[in-house]
This record gives sequence, C-alpha cells and structure tokens, in this order.
Amino acid sequence: MSAATSVPDERVARTGAFTRIMRRPEIGALMGAIVVYIFFSTADTTGNFMGINGAARWTDVAATTGIVAVAVALLMIGGEFDLSAGVMIGTSGLFAGLLISEYNVGVWPAIGLTFLFAAAIGFINGWLVVTTGLPSFIVTLAMFFSLRGINLGVTKLLTDTVRVTDVDTAPGFESARAVFAAEIWQPYGFKMAVVWWILITILATWLLTRTKFGNWIFAVGGDKVAARNTGVPVKRTKITLFMFTSMSAALVGIISLLRLRSMQAGQGVGEEFVFIIAAVVGGCLLVGGYGSAIGASIGAAIIGMAFIGIAYAGWNTDWSWLFLGLILFAAVLTNNFISRRFQGSRR
Amino acid sequence: MIETGDISDFVGNSALSLKNVTMRFGNVIALQDVSMHVDSGSITCVLGDNGAGKSTLIKILSGVYQPSEGVLTLGGNEEKFSSPREALSRGIATVFQDLATVPLMSVWRNFFLGNEPTKFPWPLRVIDAKYAKITCKKELLDFGIDIRDPDQAVGTLSGGERQAVAIARAVHFGANVLILDEPTSALGVKQSGIVLKYVKQAKERGVAVVFITHNPQHAFLVGDRFYLLNRGRMIAEYDRSEVTREELVKAMAGGAELEALAHELESMS
Repeated sequence: MSAATSVPDERVARTGAFTRIMRRPEIGALMGAIVVYIFFSTADTTGNFMGINGAARWTDVAATTGIVAVAVALLMIGGEFDLSAGVMIGTSGLFAGLLISEYNVGVWPAIGLTFLFAAAIGFINGWLVVTTGLPSFIVTLAMFFSLRGINLGVTKLLTDTVRVTDVDTAPGFESARAVFAAEIWQPYGFKMAVVWWILITILATWLLTRTKFGNWIFAVGGDKVAARNTGVPVKRTKITLFMFTSMSAALVGIISLLRLRSMQAGQGVGEEFVFIIAAVVGGCLLVGGYGSAIGASIGAAIIGMAFIGIAYAGWNTDWSWLFLGLILFAAVLTNNFISRRFQGSRR
Repeated sequence: MIETGDISDFVGNSALSLKNVTMRFGNVIALQDVSMHVDSGSITCVLGDNGAGKSTLIKILSGVYQPSEGVLTLGGNEEKFSSPREALSRGIATVFQDLATVPLMSVWRNFFLGNEPTKFPWPLRVIDAKYAKITCKKELLDFGIDIRDPDQAVGTLSGGERQAVAIARAVHFGANVLILDEPTSALGVKQSGIVLKYVKQAKERGVAVVFITHNPQHAFLVGDRFYLLNRGRMIAEYDRSEVTREELVKAMAGGAELEALAHELESMS
C-alpha cells in the first residue's frame, strides 16, 4: 500500500481486498465455522440448533473451551505448548473447593488464592522450559501427569472420596456464582462463561495485535535468537504466557466448581488437546510465530457446534471425537492451502 | 602507514579500539595480542579465513566475551561490557548474519522490535502503529530501500533487503558503532552489491562500521582500513591508500599458499 505517487514495483502483484481478507490467519476457521453451522443446521432433528436455544447450548461448550484455547493460542504463537492446561482445570477447581470445604476459606478469597496458585504452576512450567531448554511438550507432559496424580491423591487424602463437595454453603458462594456461573438472558439460559469467553478473546486480541508484549509474543515464537538479539526479554515473555495459560484454566475450573457445586478429581483431563485443536483450527502454526486469538475462539465455536450438533442430530455422541479429528485434519489442510495460495513465501 | 602496535596516538579520536587483546579458552588461544581501532564515519574491514578468530573478535566487540587480557576503549574510555545488552545501550549494535529479523513478522514490527514506540498511559498502552509504519517506511526510503508495504512479512523480502532492514534499524536507534558479521556471505552478486551500498550509507551518517568478512573483493569495494586476521593474530594492517585489490586478495589468500595450490591443481589436470 505504497503512496499513490510512487511507481509500483513490477515484481509485486497488486493485492486486492479479497487477497487481504484471505491473508488473515483466522479466515480458514471462519469458513469452516460457516460450513459446520450449515451442516448441523440441516442435520438437526430437534429444530433447535439454528435458534437462540441452540446457540445458548453450543456457546456454553465453546466458551469453556475457548477461554483456555485463546491463552493456548498465545502460548503457541510464542512457540510453546502446554499439555497441562486440561488437568489444570481440575487442579484449580479442586484447590478452590478444598480451601472452601476443608479449610473454611470464604469463596472469594479462595478464588483469589486459586488464581495465585495457578500463576505459580504456570511460572514453574515456564521457568523449567526456559532454564532447562527442554521442549515444552516434555516439561508440561510431566506437569500433566504430576498434577493428575496429585489431584487424585490429595482429594482422596482429604475427603476419602474422589470429589470435593459442600462448597455451596460457604459465605460468598451466591455472589461468586452470579459472576462466574449464572445464567443470563432468560429464558434462553446463556451462561456467564460466554461473557468471560468474549471478554478474554477481545483482551487477548488487543494484547496480541496492539501492544508491545504482543509484538514480543510473535517474535519469541518466530525466531528466538533474533528476538534476543534485538533486546526482547525472551524468557520473561515465555514464562508470562505459561502463567496466562494456567490462569485461564483456573478460570474454567472455578466456573465448573461454582456451576456444579462440586468438583471431580478427574475433571479436565483430555481437554488439553481440544484446546490445541481449537488453536490450530484457528490458524496457529505448530512451529510458532503465527496465529490469532480470534481464530482460536472460532475454533472453539466449531468444537461447540460439533458437540451440540451431533447430539441434536440424534447421533451417538461418541462420534464427536471422530468429528474433532476430521475437523483438525481438514483445518490444517485448508490453512496450508490458503497460506500457500495467498501468502507467497510464507511458511 | 600506521605502525602495528603503535596505538597510543589514535586511541583518543577513534570510536572503538582494542589494545593488545588476548582471548584464551582454557589452553586454546583464540586471539593473541590483537590491536585495532575503528573511526567514526569510516568502514573498517576485518578479513580472515575460517578459524582465523573473526567470531571471537566479534563477540569481544559486541560484549558477549570479556577479553582475557588487554582493553577495549569506547570514545577514548576504557570499558568492560558484561552483556550484549550493555554494549547495545552504549551504542554498539551488531547485525548477525541471518539472525536479525523474524521472517513471519511484518517489516515495521521487525524494525521496531524491542524498541516499540507506544502511546497512551498504562494499562491502555499500545504500540503507535501509525507512527511506526510511517517512520519505518521513511527510514528505509532514506536508505534507498523501497519496501513497498511495511505490513508485508520480512520473509517475503530478499536476503539483501532483510540485511538492509537490520542495518537501517541499528542506525535509526542510534548506533555509533555498527558491527556487521559476514553480511554478504549468503548473498548473490547483485544482492551483495545492494548490502554494500547500505553499509556505505551507514558510514556517511557518521557511524563507525566494522565489516567482518572473508571476501576481500567486497571489503575492497567499501573499506577505508583493512585488518587481516590469521590464526588468532593480526598479521597485517592497511590503509586504503596503500593497498590494491590484488594485494589484498593475495594477502588474504595467503600469497605463496595460493600459488602452491594453483600448481597442485594444474598438475592434477
């Protein structure tokens, strides 16, 4: 978009509005979302999928996936993975629940402590990755299994069962539930999680595209050495991203705890790959340095539509996982095709 | 001709100088008794073959290593840099071969990486993207590079243009001393020419340029002073006025060694 007076370079093809739109990282996900929406609208047997009732259902699944997927997307753009993001939902829900039920901590102080605790876990993940130089895949896999063991062990030790209950009699429960787990816009029953999801998507997009820190995220994921050579604090940036990821998982953990009034020790396990799928469907490159927060949110919306759509179509919900696998594969193929077709030399 | 070793008279007015620097790693002597000086507004070439000690020299100049013996002076004052970041803050910028830009990021984001201009107070502080794009385009145009669209990814630029972005960036952020590590070694003839032009632009802005290369042809095109490094020692020093291209090429190739090699190759065919 050089000034009108300058002579156009003959080697540069003119980029029209269409190409510019197609260059957005989230374009593949957006087209996919439209296809998936149309597909499940036609397969729908209840007549509810297209309506507001249906939207209230699938946005709930999308929100609890999307809140973490957005943070995972930022982390992936920064060149790292977090396989402990799923189990962290359980860990933080149990942590808050045990503080409330076993140690009589008020609900609000317990929520505050849980976010601090999650930040600490994220810090450990990030600190281990940047100091040992091991792949984050290994470090967070170790954290995943450690937390999985701790979740079960500590819960059984303190409650003699595999779940934490009795949180709804504690002071502050109703006000916390109103903020994190209430239903809004009756009679449709949209969940508060949707509001958090939208807020976090907006915040993450702003952070990524408009701020200094966002610039550093792209840089540390794109080329760590070049980033360091130009004075970007690589370690600090990566550790902060790990902390964001753990804290976003803690938010979902707290939402689940307040909504269900209890927490299972196995909660969240297996979700870590769903977040990564949402981020990749949304246009994040596995090698880092490229992607978008909105894309991850659209990826989460696709996953939400698929889970609810399959149930509404009257099919066995076991098929959802197959659908996720196919969506992932189709999305990566499409994103690759689009980037080759419209980006020129971009990887 | 400046006598090698007689350095007391020029330390005062040179931007950066090394005085009798030795660098040892355990019992390996990477550099021995090396002295050199770099003036503002001139291009100083350091020539050497593989293993001559060029990398060690760069790392001492840019603050990665501290010399085992000898001193480094900046603007006449003795300095000890504890990190590249400290050297950078004192105006010594190093452009490493192919390690200076992030390919997937846009030109303007790369240009201001680590030095992003911001507006609005925290927590609403954002990058002033409009200013950054305009400044980036203008700075590069002043250098003679029309990058077309500052929003395009650096990966879509040619190798020469990428080096140029890194050089223009270092100059824009106030580098007094610019160290270029083999800026032309991975480039074709034409691209090398473009980069050499930018090196000269930096010199004309009063920057002291250290041009490290193993290519005497490229060095001769732009250099004002030449240092020859071999097996960790500074074996020769020439001013531009007292050396021809042929002499430089011959000295660089090790003169007699090259002739011996030529005979050997002839006898083979």
